[in-house]
Amino acid sequence: MSMKVQTRQVDGITILDLSGRITLGEGSVTIRDAVRDILAKGSNKILLNLGDINYIDSSGIGELVSAFTTVKNSGGELKLLNLTKKVHDLLQITKLYTVFDIKDDEASALAAFTK
Amino acid sequence: MPFSLTFGGGTSKLPSSPVSAVHARQSGEKDLLDDSPTSRVSYTLDSSLDSVNKVEQTAEQCAIRAGFDEDTIPHIGMAVREAAVNAVLHGNAYDTTKHITAAFETTTDSLIIRITDQGAGLNPETIPDPLAPENILRGSGRGIFLIRAFMDEVHFRQLHPGTELTLIKHRTPAQPGT
Repeated sequence: MSMKVQTRQVDGITILDLSGRITLGEGSVTIRDAVRDILAKGSNKILLNLGDINYIDSSGIGELVSAFTTVKNSGGELKLLNLTKKVHDLLQITKLYTVFDIKDDEASALAAFTK
Repeated sequence: MPFSLTFGGGTSKLPSSPVSAVHARQSGEKDLLDDSPTSRVSYTLDSSLDSVNKVEQTAEQCAIRAGFDEDTIPHIGMAVREAAVNAVLHGNAYDTTKHITAAFETTTDSLIIRITDQGAGLNPETIPDPLAPENILRGSGRGIFLIRAFMDEVHFRQLHPGTELTLIKHRTPAQPGT
């Protein structure tokens, strides 16, 4: 199953609800384009909801990192929400768990963005 | 070009996909991965992402048949996927005139997967450590690291041209052969 993206706006923060797989040729380009569009529209606070991401490979991990650095370099913030165990474990193995700001519930994630 | 399949040293009629070979027994066709504790099957595939997906699915089916647990099976699938991505993307660079081969062998001790490409070759010594502080925010370069994390043994062999990656996961006594 390829990746799907739904976009919401809450309190000036753009939430991307992602589902499916983030892999080379499937979700990775979709995330890149979505983040680029959000930044182009002047928003730079992004919350990636990964609760329905059931698979991610090294390309997908790389795309999350690239999105994080792109948003950070634009003066914004990108946080991750609702990691599945598989994604959690992969971020632990790759030592990226402490690089990202990761939250388990949407309310606390939204509250963690700089006002 | 579709792909050719070699089994046990001979050439078999081409199935529609690698997965169909694994599932052949369920559909009543000749089972190319027999029910003995050991088996071997190999495919030649186009340099495409579709091939990557098929190799990953076949690896998971082989892991299931070899009796690996539900946590290990997706790890094997991911490691093999990463090896196939390397072969298609970095090795053959999506060159339609080049192919990859994927060989799956189940022995009494191990599941052994060999992925080969026809590219310029890969020197594992030159691969940067993705955990190093200067590399941690790189957008690529974690594939080989994940392969090594999930498999018990990883071996590189230069083919001139091309590279062969051998991925080995050992079966434990608690994992009976199917």
